[in-house]
Amino acid sequence: MTAGDGQPQIVVDALVKRFGEFAALDGVSFTVGRGEIMGFLGPNGAGKSTLIRILCGLLRPTAGRVLVGGMDVAKNPETVRQRIGYMSQKFSLYGDLSVVENLRFFGGIYGVPSGEMEERLRFAVDMAGLGGREDALVATLAGGWKQRLALGAAILHRPLTLFLDEPTSGVDPASRRRFWDLIHTLSEDGVSILVSTHYMDEAEYCRRIALINHGRLIALGTPRELKQHSLGGELLSVEGERIGDAMVQVQKSPGVKDVAMFGSILHALVDQAQLRVPEIEALLVARGVAGARVRRIEPSLEDSFVHLVGTQFASGETSP
Amino acid sequence: MRWRRIQAIVVKESLQIVRDSRSLMIVLLIPLFQMFMLGYGVSLDVQHIPLCAYDREGSQESQALLHRFSASPYFALQGLMGSYGEVEHNLDAGQCRLAIVIPSGFSKGLADAGKGTVQALLDATDSNTANLAANYARAVVTNYSADVQMEFVQKRGGTVQTLTPVEVQARVWFNEDLVSRNFIVPGIVALVMAIVGAQLTSLTIAREWERGTMELLISTPVEPTELMIGKLFPYFLVGMVDACICLGLAVFWFNVPFRGTLPALFFTTGLFLTVVLCIGYYVSVAIRSQVGASQVALLLTMLPTTLLSGFTFPIDQMPMAVQAVTYVVSARYYVTIIKALFLKGAPWGELVLPILCLTLYALIMVFFASRAFRKTLD
Repeated sequence: MTAGDGQPQIVVDALVKRFGEFAALDGVSFTVGRGEIMGFLGPNGAGKSTLIRILCGLLRPTAGRVLVGGMDVAKNPETVRQRIGYMSQKFSLYGDLSVVENLRFFGGIYGVPSGEMEERLRFAVDMAGLGGREDALVATLAGGWKQRLALGAAILHRPLTLFLDEPTSGVDPASRRRFWDLIHTLSEDGVSILVSTHYMDEAEYCRRIALINHGRLIALGTPRELKQHSLGGELLSVEGERIGDAMVQVQKSPGVKDVAMFGSILHALVDQAQLRVPEIEALLVARGVAGARVRRIEPSLEDSFVHLVGTQFASGETSP
Repeated sequence: MRWRRIQAIVVKESLQIVRDSRSLMIVLLIPLFQMFMLGYGVSLDVQHIPLCAYDREGSQESQALLHRFSASPYFALQGLMGSYGEVEHNLDAGQCRLAIVIPSGFSKGLADAGKGTVQALLDATDSNTANLAANYARAVVTNYSADVQMEFVQKRGGTVQTLTPVEVQARVWFNEDLVSRNFIVPGIVALVMAIVGAQLTSLTIAREWERGTMELLISTPVEPTELMIGKLFPYFLVGMVDACICLGLAVFWFNVPFRGTLPALFFTTGLFLTVVLCIGYYVSVAIRSQVGASQVALLLTMLPTTLLSGFTFPIDQMPMAVQAVTYVVSARYYVTIIKALFLKGAPWGELVLPILCLTLYALIMVFFASRAFRKTLD
């Protein structure tokens, strides 16, 4: 019943989810191929968790269709659940059980055959780097260990699809890096992974990225595609003393489509860099801005998102 | 339904119970505590009723009568009053529940007309005690007057005649000493089991919601029935340990005679435990907070068991409408069974009806509990 080669592992078709009047998801469609890592980016409340919960059968879609491994989640939730692994946003293993006790529990629940159990436990413990800590109570583990253990618990039964809802939130950078290495290894083994995040740097690790805001897909493509095509212009970095005060002037300058503040510098989106650089420089000099410097830069993912989502994403919802 | 999943849940749940040693201690100490508190606290026997006397005559006869009162175990003479006002004050202040007033012509009436009158004033705020006090007072006075009459007849050199042509020779069965504790303590066992049983499971699902472990659990292929069985089984064992503590205390500490058979006792106790565990589980599914679930479970078990099970108030004395309600109180059947087992040593045959009712009840509750849990966040 699993999808054959070339068939997408996850199919989401015109998915709508309403909570009363509020549309958490409003006509979302995409597919995820076998062994593909698909990242979902978006501000809090954009609908990322709702989407993943529907894919796991935790919430029922209001309209639209969701297939995982070729099977309709709404019609066969239990069969689908047997074939997926899920990491919820909040850590949800049992703190009062040890590492091995947690793994044994989920192994039992997922029906890992008794003969394979010890080998799978070993695998999960090694993968999470928890060798020697098998009997430690999970509540005593640091964040990074917990996340890797949760991932270990989610793959005991060798699922072909993994849903990870902000798996690395609140974890130190080194642990995040290690976690993503694990995800890549799994992906190489043919596991399809749908992961939500709000870290821009993590999005670069995904094969494809979907940007979601207000329950709608705003953009979908490889990180490279998004950076190059989503802006619809060229990006300039504008530096200078108290440059923030000049933001309005820059915005009004001809050929400028958008301006956003990035720390102590401005990013301006213009139609033609060659033409606009000297113009803006002249404007700043005329205003008496000390140390004015304008140059063309390669857009980052963050620039694309700021542009695509607009002001909401820029106002405090960006990655730390 | 897969045995492996149930097994995984049983192991996990048991580990959590054992690891939470404080809760485990509470679970084992609560029945002990409640048994002692209720076993000693709840008694329907009335003794040492505080009594005031106002002797307006002060004769030998009146003194003799008062002496009878002070010698009775049912009364405790608090003092002799000097006026009606004092009597009134003592009754108002709750110093005494019963006041005996002997009028000034008491001995003269006895001597001349063979008839004396004594006034009894009762504080009937507790009507049950007042009733009993009045009856005991009547008995004391009746005894006294019989003696007076006999003396009178003997003095005249006559023979004593039977004063009461028909007499009731009462023989008390099942609770020979008429100790109220003997029928209350088995009821208390039922009460404690109901409270503790529902409390045990009322937290089990709510805790998963509160700790955020439920979301992951729902995403697994576990079935609601498997979850229920796996979660109830360890608590059933804990509950049976509690039951043994309660029943052991009843027999060996409170010396309530046990005349039934152990298989019948444990079978019916297991049935009743199943019912209350399911009530707690159901509540835990419905109310996703531990505090809320525990409160509702307490309300659902303690009130009906105390008031409507026949534990303290006899069901056949209730109004018809209330009697009808008692049929849906599971404790009603268990209290009937456990009292019959303890005091009467009733054989299986006599308990067929309540046991059938309790079994049916347990099956219905298991059915509802197994379907209560919905694997969705909607």
